[in-house]
Amino acid sequence: MNKSRLYFLLPVIIFGVLCIFLLRGLSLDPSAVPTALTDKNVPIFDLPALDDQTIGLASSDLGGEVSLINVFASWCLPCRVEHPLLMKMAGDGVVALHGINYKDASKDARAWLDELGDPFGRIGADRDGRVGIELGVYGVPETFVIDQSGRIRYKHIGPITQRDLDKYLLPLIEKLNQ
Amino acid sequence: MKIWIFTLVALLVASLSVAMAFENDSPLEDPLMESRARDLAKEIRCLVCQNQSIFDSDAALAKDLRKIVRERITLGDDNAAITEYLVARYGDFVLLKPPIKPKTYLLWFGPILIFLVAGYTVLQFFKNANKVGRKSTSLNSLERKRVKELISDTEVE
Repeated sequence: MNKSRLYFLLPVIIFGVLCIFLLRGLSLDPSAVPTALTDKNVPIFDLPALDDQTIGLASSDLGGEVSLINVFASWCLPCRVEHPLLMKMAGDGVVALHGINYKDASKDARAWLDELGDPFGRIGADRDGRVGIELGVYGVPETFVIDQSGRIRYKHIGPITQRDLDKYLLPLIEKLNQ
Repeated sequence: MKIWIFTLVALLVASLSVAMAFENDSPLEDPLMESRARDLAKEIRCLVCQNQSIFDSDAALAKDLRKIVRERITLGDDNAAITEYLVARYGDFVLLKPPIKPKTYLLWFGPILIFLVAGYTVLQFFKNANKVGRKSTSLNSLERKRVKELISDTEVE
């Protein structure tokens, strides 16, 4: 092919590459902001228990085992969607599961747990959302995977689905447990 | 007409309420610190609404972040330390204006690059067009002979 013909093909090629990027953009979630805390230690915090039926959660409680921290609230509808999966995980005992109750009234959170079940080992109450900010939380639910040394390895934003569990969370937990 | 006036007033009221987000908080006593907080808040993205700054946003998280900005200013932190604090937790995305670093070079300098490449291409295009034009004006001896023949033919007719 002669050179000038290639020259005229160039815009077509550029357009094609652009299309590939735009097509990829369709399947990206623009509201998902990757956490800046990946592979960093859990920020130091010490949250009081939700009420006298639960134990509080501090950063020093984490580590030693792989754990999940689920940030939830009774006013959060997507939390309700993912809750059955958390209950199932707690039942299976695949991983230590803790909760941070974000900007919630203890009374409401308790009613919520009584209705839907309590999958959490510990529940810290983050009433003013300050620990949430330390953790880079910007919307509930968010779920952190913490490794044995107390480092954040992954953050899942939004409700966990069975697909997220099978594709990201469970393989990572398995890998960390090895 | 009436509906237009109504819409205009509604938009005006809506824009007012947006601008009030920052003012709705309890301000710092020192007006200098308060104006610093105001300027900084305009540069920080509200992660819930994403294309609003925490200055404009009424979201609860924006309010919390404004509180943190004000607190840190009172504690004597400089602007760089405050943005660093937020970037450490929320990543560069929390800044409405992305920082210039290797990862963002393409973002910052890409447009200039595209402009230069496009400019060069256009220049080349016209240069070539000129060349083609000039070529067609200069004939070789064979063509000149043919032209002569043609001209002489018309004269005969």
